[in-house]
Amino acid sequence: MSFFKKLKEKFQTNEENEEVSDKYKDGLSKTRKSFSEKINDLVARYRTVDEEFFEDLEEVLISADVGVSTVMELIEELEMEVKRQNIKDTKEVKQVISEKLVEIYQGDDDQEDHTDLNLQENELTIILFVGVNGVGKTTTIGKLAHQLKSEGKEVILTAGDTFRAGAIEQLNEWGKRVGVDVIKHSEGSDPAAVIYDGIQAAKSRQADVLLCDTAGRLQNKVNLMNELSKVKRVIEREVPNAPHEVLLVLDATTGQNALSQAKTFSQATDVSGIVLTKLDGTAKGGIVLAIRNELGIPVKLVGLGEKMTDLQEFDPHAFVYGLFADMLEEE
Amino acid sequence: MAFEGLADRLQNTIQKIKGKGKVTEQDVKEMTREVRLALLEADVNFKVVKDFVKKVKERAIGQEVMESLTPGQQVIKVVKEELTALMGGDESKIAVADKPPTVIMMVGLQGAGKTTTTGKLANLLRKKYNRKPLLVAADVYRPAAIDQLETLGKQLSMPVYSEGTDANPVDIVNNAMAHAKEEHLDYVLIDTAGRLHIDNDLMDELVQIKQNVNPDEVFLVVDSMTGQDAVNVAESFNEQLEVSGVVLTKLDGDTRGGAALSIKAVTDKPIKFAGMGEKLDQIEVFHPERMASRILGMGDVLSLIEKAQDNVDEKRAKELEEKMRSATFTFDDFLEQMSQVKNMGPLDELMDMIPGANKMKGLKNVDFDEKQIAHVEAIIQSMTAKERQDPSLMNAGRRKRIAKGSGRSVSEVNRLLKQFEEMKKMMKQMTNMQQGKKGKKGKKPKGLNFPFM
Repeated sequence: MSFFKKLKEKFQTNEENEEVSDKYKDGLSKTRKSFSEKINDLVARYRTVDEEFFEDLEEVLISADVGVSTVMELIEELEMEVKRQNIKDTKEVKQVISEKLVEIYQGDDDQEDHTDLNLQENELTIILFVGVNGVGKTTTIGKLAHQLKSEGKEVILTAGDTFRAGAIEQLNEWGKRVGVDVIKHSEGSDPAAVIYDGIQAAKSRQADVLLCDTAGRLQNKVNLMNELSKVKRVIEREVPNAPHEVLLVLDATTGQNALSQAKTFSQATDVSGIVLTKLDGTAKGGIVLAIRNELGIPVKLVGLGEKMTDLQEFDPHAFVYGLFADMLEEE
Repeated sequence: MAFEGLADRLQNTIQKIKGKGKVTEQDVKEMTREVRLALLEADVNFKVVKDFVKKVKERAIGQEVMESLTPGQQVIKVVKEELTALMGGDESKIAVADKPPTVIMMVGLQGAGKTTTTGKLANLLRKKYNRKPLLVAADVYRPAAIDQLETLGKQLSMPVYSEGTDANPVDIVNNAMAHAKEEHLDYVLIDTAGRLHIDNDLMDELVQIKQNVNPDEVFLVVDSMTGQDAVNVAESFNEQLEVSGVVLTKLDGDTRGGAALSIKAVTDKPIKFAGMGEKLDQIEVFHPERMASRILGMGDVLSLIEKAQDNVDEKRAKELEEKMRSATFTFDDFLEQMSQVKNMGPLDELMDMIPGANKMKGLKNVDFDEKQIAHVEAIIQSMTAKERQDPSLMNAGRRKRIAKGSGRSVSEVNRLLKQFEEMKKMMKQMTNMQQGKKGKKGKKPKGLNFPFM
């Protein structure tokens, strides 16, 4: 139990954390409820830990979009652990389940994850947003711009989605709402050229952060992925060590394809972090486990609603806490 | 790799249960385990998978295996039939109202592709059915959603009805209806804002719009990459709005699209169209059969099974197999075999259909030259009956004659003869292996070259 105590203490140490975790508990209430309810259900239904129990556990995890191979691995490890500790009672196994999930989530070592955005002090930070169509790239940029601006940073947006109808207007509208400048060309122009202009503008205005929007593209479109690599190269050439973050925006309702997205976009642009959007729906967000487990890309931001303020920094402890809050509170 | 298709998954299992006359319970158990995993990896909802696998099990056990199929393929056949039955049926028609305008309402989650699909449908209606659609911008929430629809309208030179972002969506739609009647436009496509199915206020708004305009179609637009949650989304939208059809978007990606199956299973509403790209003409009528193979990730092993059923004379195939085993395989048999294979379709397509073929060394990326086959045929046809039966007769003179007769070079003739001998040797080895207990069946031995490669 000491593990959970530690986790709990972490939250009680400072109030700010408490707030964050409340927000998470709010936004994730669906996720948390259904997930831990199911595990509780499961535990209550079975007296003994047997094959049938594991089969049903497998289903609970799969229904959370955790990903088949991750689930298989987990079940295998659980079965071994149960054997090793000679656990027969399903109540005890609950503990092991949550520990294992946290372990998958955070990796074997206790190393703290870098979930903070890599923002530069006193010089320009460039963040590139990539992802498939309709995941919420532009909305995320709008929210992040709002957040950064309220922290007193000078932010500029670049409308690199020159393809989709209305995309430039959409970013422009966000710029108006947040009160930041938007660098844009007309529809159909070269995205790399827009981004280049954005960089020049950010340099000359001595902005703190440049947020670069790109058009959504499916990861199997080779030409479009090459276009994205070119955009990144332009940024690299103009500002050494930039882009400081390449954020892959993922829709939480996406299933197994999210892994393929993460892989392919990483190859094209060295994704440094993930923004998980639309987590306020009924989607379980289990895909995060699979991505962390298989690709090691950290989740940095989470979209928990449609309001301008509904973008949260990703805090793995809070996330895990939200996921297992019911279980923790019972003890 | 997480995205193994069912074909690859089944390879091993199929190998194990090859050559039995009947599908046993144990076979089916092993097979359905793989089917289950494949479906889950394709994002089919686990409950749907469960029911499905149960059905397949019941049907498959005890089935007689068709002569041209292995028990493994037999099970796949059952799987395919069940899948297609589950997916398919209804033709993709768009309703036509008795009294114009016909009203279509587009609903769905954020980012599913409603606006783009609205544009595509309008384009399709005009091009294919010669209709005059009106696009209605009822998404007043997302920034620039109206601009997006207006831009699409401009690209298509089609009228777009909008009242800005301050208007109430219900009013917008009512006014749009009046406008359509005035202008004699016969279709009204309503683009609504994306919303979560658990957002009661926004769902109520849709219900209100629906009650007001009484649409002939309510299309639920779903991202084909959706995971297990597809069931919840489809269920709630259907419960509250009684959806009339589904449009699956972003199918040009590499997702398996298991969501399609989940949605069909829980709503029993037809999937009518599929979005296949970002351009406005990239919308297709939905093909349940294609989707079934795609979900299973089997290349087209299914069509191969069908083709094998149709084209290969079963008795002849058996005889050939017997000859291969006894190594009395002659050039005549070879010619016969080639023509049977050719009947099934272009060779490279055929190779794609064979599960595991892409894993074989040497077979990958081989360009099959259909001409090459014609050449081989010509060479064989230039042989005398005796030569075909007994290639050992070949001497330099005969080779020269054959080369002349077929219009190929002597070296080509030589190569074919050599390859044929090697092939025979390999066949002998393979048969020996099959007779031995732990032989690696089905694996192509190293160095085996088909003469037409």
